[in-house]
Amino acid sequence: MADLDVPQSKSRDLDKLLLRHGNLVDPGFFPGPQLRDDIREFVKILVVGAGGLGCELLKDLALSGFRNLDVIDMDRIEVTNLNRQFLFRLEDVGKPKAEVAAKRVMERVSGVEIVPHFSRIEDKEVEFYNDFNIIALGLDSIEARKYINGIACGFLEYNDDDTPVRDTIKPMVDGGTEGFKGHARVIMPGVTPCFECTIWLFPPQVKFPLCTLAETPRNAAHCIEYAHLIKWDEVHKGKSFDPDVPEHMKWVYDEAIRRAELFGIPGVTYSLTQGVVKNIIPAIASTNAIISAACALETLKIVSACSKTLTNYLTYNGGEGLYTKVTDFPRLDDCLVCGPGILIELDTSITLSKFIEMLEDHPKLLLSKASVTYGESNLYMQAPPVLEEMLRENLSKPLYDLMGRVQKDTIHVSGTSLKDKEKQSIQTKLRVVFKGADVVTDMDTAIGA
Amino acid sequence: MKRLEQEPTMVEEPKKTKYDRQLRIWGELGQTSLETASICLLNCGPTGSEALKNLVLGGIGSITIVDGSKVQIGDLGNNFMVDAKSVGQSKAKCVCGFLQELNDAVKANFIEENPDTLILKDPSFFSQFTLVVATQLVEDSMVKLDRICREANVMLVFARSYGLTGFVRISVKEHTAIESKPDHFLDDLRLNNPWPELKRFVETIDLNVAEPAAHKHIPYIVILVKVAEEWAQTHNSNLPSTREEKNEFKALVKSKMLSPDEDNYREATEAAFKVFAPRGISQDTQDIINDSCAEVGPNSSDFWLMVAALKEFISNEGGGEVPLEGSIPDMTSSTEHYINLQNIYYSKAEADFLSMEQRVKDILVKVGQDPSSISKPTIKSFCKNARKLKVCRYRMIEDEFRTPSVAALHKCLADEEYRSAIGFYILLRAVDRFAATYQKFPGQLDDGLMDHDVAQLKTIALSLLREMGCDGYMVEEELSNEMCRFGAAELHVVAAFIGGITSQEVIKLITKQFVPMSGTYIFNGIDHKSQSLTL
Repeated sequence: MADLDVPQSKSRDLDKLLLRHGNLVDPGFFPGPQLRDDIREFVKILVVGAGGLGCELLKDLALSGFRNLDVIDMDRIEVTNLNRQFLFRLEDVGKPKAEVAAKRVMERVSGVEIVPHFSRIEDKEVEFYNDFNIIALGLDSIEARKYINGIACGFLEYNDDDTPVRDTIKPMVDGGTEGFKGHARVIMPGVTPCFECTIWLFPPQVKFPLCTLAETPRNAAHCIEYAHLIKWDEVHKGKSFDPDVPEHMKWVYDEAIRRAELFGIPGVTYSLTQGVVKNIIPAIASTNAIISAACALETLKIVSACSKTLTNYLTYNGGEGLYTKVTDFPRLDDCLVCGPGILIELDTSITLSKFIEMLEDHPKLLLSKASVTYGESNLYMQAPPVLEEMLRENLSKPLYDLMGRVQKDTIHVSGTSLKDKEKQSIQTKLRVVFKGADVVTDMDTAIGA
Repeated sequence: MKRLEQEPTMVEEPKKTKYDRQLRIWGELGQTSLETASICLLNCGPTGSEALKNLVLGGIGSITIVDGSKVQIGDLGNNFMVDAKSVGQSKAKCVCGFLQELNDAVKANFIEENPDTLILKDPSFFSQFTLVVATQLVEDSMVKLDRICREANVMLVFARSYGLTGFVRISVKEHTAIESKPDHFLDDLRLNNPWPELKRFVETIDLNVAEPAAHKHIPYIVILVKVAEEWAQTHNSNLPSTREEKNEFKALVKSKMLSPDEDNYREATEAAFKVFAPRGISQDTQDIINDSCAEVGPNSSDFWLMVAALKEFISNEGGGEVPLEGSIPDMTSSTEHYINLQNIYYSKAEADFLSMEQRVKDILVKVGQDPSSISKPTIKSFCKNARKLKVCRYRMIEDEFRTPSVAALHKCLADEEYRSAIGFYILLRAVDRFAATYQKFPGQLDDGLMDHDVAQLKTIALSLLREMGCDGYMVEEELSNEMCRFGAAELHVVAAFIGGITSQEVIKLITKQFVPMSGTYIFNGIDHKSQSLTL
């Protein structure tokens, strides 16, 4: 519309947000070319997942002034991805998602560097994740989110007054979609609720009672799960079922049909069989685009402070009209993952062995087979055998001594927890406070360990 | 009685596999309606491009992009579909090329023409399309295009990205949806009004059967119908209505439990409210059958012709109820009881359908149309979804601008949750007026006139408020300042969000499944407290 005789800049539109003062901005907003250039040069963002959300995130971030991106995904491209994972073509089927996604975005947006990681998130060193200013999640499983959440919150340290140490806060932006529904949230460990704090948000997965599957099936899904969960093992002793092997899927389908015929139950189709067995989540491009855009926008805002941030959870439903809602969920002060750690008061005489025993009975932990680390040192490790043997002598020493006779500090424990009735391996922080210890104020007079 | 559906073939066609994840949402019929639709996009900046990208990925039939501009360097910073090589070339051509690569099944065309000009010079151009996606148009063009599309009966969706705000607005005279697919909707069990066949079946089952396994595998439908009958006998044929009565009823159900592990009785107690529910049709259904369009004539749409049949059905063989939906939810039960129940519900639904089918045929004849012009599957789907029908109507843009609902406006302006949304709504109109006067958007240029622009924008906003009957109200200072700060920037992330919403609405409009948004969706990228405003 207007005549512009000034030389054009690629960041013509972003500049309006980054170079100009604003009213509804976060404290710490310093507009100017320096901000824009600093984002380009120094800010590193990790995108976890290169699928429906990941592809959109990479594009959105590349076109929001970010130049240093990494993307991690362990999967290869499949045909069923192509209705929404727009960076992939038919000829890319079989190739690693992370690599193709990175390549495509770099081809179109000059100046952006994207390092792909074709690997599982668990295979990266914990320190790898510390390299990034923000971690953007485009995941499709609760387990994966829990894992990254644990890592990011693990970097968090607390001051003596139980306030989080600002420099150790590793922000995460998390998105999820299913059909027309989705969510986007901002997680600032120690400030806003982490994934664990709001674990109750996720409904438990549908599990059919065994007796229904075995004795009184009533619908097609029951017949399918019977074939999948009961009959397979009976017939294929030892061989595990792999949903990605067509012969396996066909076998389950045929068995399900047989069972359905036996009981006079309609509705078993190959498509339903796949859906039930693989727990297929229907997915479309539009919802992924919406949620990723919200996540990328928040990422830009957190990094630049150019506007206020989402506080802290956006729920989205586009099937029945259009519904968006922002909820300000509270943190759990005693969250095992992002909290300062459960407070444990101990006598200075308690041995490491006794301490490990106590963890088993602690109602909030129920931690068995615990391994204990303090700062950089392993105090006791259950495995591997070589390490266990080396550290075994610590078991009879007082924990107070092993911790250098400090009055209080944070230690990390890991093991198997029976909380929530399900065995799961966890890692958590504990704040240990020693009763009756002399408060040491001068390092020189500390009684050495 | 066995009703088994077998798959004729298991061969996975590549096309079917590619769309598998979305076919699970809208099915083959939905997919076909997308594949036969033709879309026209006006302006292919990031907002329009992103909207179209999602539709192309989904297999839309054809796209025609109208944009007269050339790619500038600044576009490289916000539009994924142009790259360094395209600078200086037609933006429409570049975006079209990219989209064609995304899905070669889509027919992609472009026209290098300014949409504002096209709207003025060749209104008949738009008649050929199923739907027009009009992005980044100013008020004046919006009003003109709206008239054209209404006249030509072409669906229209407006979308705009403006800094951290923007909007999406559908403009269609009427949209009807049979398969509205709500997330949560009560099943249709008629526990409060069982029909003879259901009652007869229930009579054949003895709740007091001795054998424990049999006792705990009686489905709750049977339990509740029996207990309701027992109750009615001692309560003058009435169903529980007061709070005490409802609790008494639940206690009565529980009293028949032999042991705490009887899931069927637990389910019966939880489902007891279905017995208390009022008989007959909902207010929504009432509104639809009383709509003036239900008085059908030769030009009535299939939807309204079926509604006319529904109205007759309800007052006659329906006995005040709609055709039975026909399916039952899963519940603890022996396989045999469950399948028998399924068949009973299926049979009544089938009988209701046959009545409806006959009525539809008779009505078609009455209005002078071919009695077979509405297919069996369509009527069947209508019957199954009779309680969930949706009718959406949208005011013309100029009507909304000229005579917005003052009551709704006042409500929004006074409500903390809506104030920013209504503020942006007004500002989005105000910036277009500003542009009409000053040939630029407020704050668009770094010309040192920011203070002037801010002041002028505020004045325009105030006069708009006055026009809208909202004297005495103001748009928040901070919002007006931010609007000038935005300077009509089209940020990629905002465009992607707005484009995403737009594409989703287009899909719902074309497939006629699910429910399209109502009113104007105002996006608020500052705190994400976006709202839909129906004025």
